[in-house]
Amino acid sequence: MSQKVLLTATEIHIILNRLACQLIENHTDFKETVIIGIQPRGVFLAERMKQLLINEYGIEDIKLGRLDITFYRDDFRRSEKILAANTTQIDFVVENKKVVFIDDVLYTGRSINAALTALQSFGRPQEVELLCLIDRRFSRHLPIQPDYKGRQVDAINDQKVKVCWTENEGEDTVYLVKS
Amino acid sequence: MSELSVNHLLGIKYITEADIELIFKTADHFKEVINRPIKKVPSLRDITIANLFFENSTRTKLSFELAEKRLSADVINFSAAASSVKKGETLIDTVNNILSMKVDMVVMRHPNPGAGVFLSKHIDASIVNAGDGAHEHPTQALLDSYSIRERLGDVAGKNVVIVGDILHSRVALSNIYALKLQGANVKVCGPKTLIPKHIKSLGVEVELDLRKALEWCDVANMLRVQNERMDISYFPSTREYTQQYGVDKTLLDSLDKEIVIMHPGPINRGVEITSDVADSDHAIILDQVQNGVAVRMAVIYLLASKIKQ
Repeated sequence: MSQKVLLTATEIHIILNRLACQLIENHTDFKETVIIGIQPRGVFLAERMKQLLINEYGIEDIKLGRLDITFYRDDFRRSEKILAANTTQIDFVVENKKVVFIDDVLYTGRSINAALTALQSFGRPQEVELLCLIDRRFSRHLPIQPDYKGRQVDAINDQKVKVCWTENEGEDTVYLVKS
Repeated sequence: MSELSVNHLLGIKYITEADIELIFKTADHFKEVINRPIKKVPSLRDITIANLFFENSTRTKLSFELAEKRLSADVINFSAAASSVKKGETLIDTVNNILSMKVDMVVMRHPNPGAGVFLSKHIDASIVNAGDGAHEHPTQALLDSYSIRERLGDVAGKNVVIVGDILHSRVALSNIYALKLQGANVKVCGPKTLIPKHIKSLGVEVELDLRKALEWCDVANMLRVQNERMDISYFPSTREYTQQYGVDKTLLDSLDKEIVIMHPGPINRGVEITSDVADSDHAIILDQVQNGVAVRMAVIYLLASKIKQ
């Protein structure tokens, strides 16, 4: 197994700041906007974006939720590996709000498809956008594209993109892993 | 671990502590789901479940059906009273006929102990035992433990007394297995005639004095006297039973601590517990009912994930 660094801590820092600015451009004070991290890996990025928007860009309050999509996946009983569910925590009303989904890697688009179905259980949002740190283009199974992306990557199918966060893995780095 | 060690839920006797932990963890997520504005997930949209009730049931049947529907499974219901069983059809024939309609899972209640185990050896579908005679009622025991865990934080180390008709109770046996597996201390309490002779071999203690049992316990699970299963008289009268083994508010208030009161339903108000106890803050009877749906969703979801495509 070999791996190479796709993004260093500094690059991630710059990208997150750019993404924060792009979000502010479209959502100004976030009064009508909520952000939702997709479990399990999207919540780290979502939490980072929230802290950045509040601490660096003076946004007063950001509503942040976590959405687990395990029970909405389209590969139940079709996949060899059985996935364990994570916590869903959405303590606000989604009805008529602008929702920004946040996930670390956009690959086939099936997770986001499941997330869109799951979100319906919480009401009808005005619109839904997608922010991801890594966009693996050319590998989509569904017509789903990000509205905000950190870096586009062309990776082949037996490669894996691994996003590490200081609070979880001890470092901010994105690797391209080849098995 | 994210997979059950079994393909059927036939009894608590056949599962492990890790299985119980997985079921509870999954039930936590489903409990959140059933408190959403839209209480449904699409996981089991390609699964068909047959609820076969060869014996009367209200809450268990409703609870299973609701759990199945909230997982988006297709559900067919069968009750023996209005079926060909009355015409002499055997259990295997009945079930095989239903399975040829492409059913993936069977939830069965049957008056004969071991009916679920018997069926699991003869058919391919995944089986959930919803009560087999006086043998086991595993989902009830799971939801009871889940409710204890929810109220007291943990089951391990807690003192639980099961009061009443132990002899005829599948709830008692499943609860004993489940509680012991999770490290609780268990006593049974009731008239000597309603306590099975070899119950101590399951690692439980017998206490004939209700007051002593309540003073010892953190949780009292009050069982119903199952008159329908009694072919002889086990105690002189209902009035005498209530005097010795009924719990009322005066008795509860005279204890020097607060205990949790559980009841699997249906309650005979004024027999095993009085109304003021059943409706008090001590009682978690309605929590048990709500948790029943979440726990059954977890059991069905986890078993369905093992059904091959």
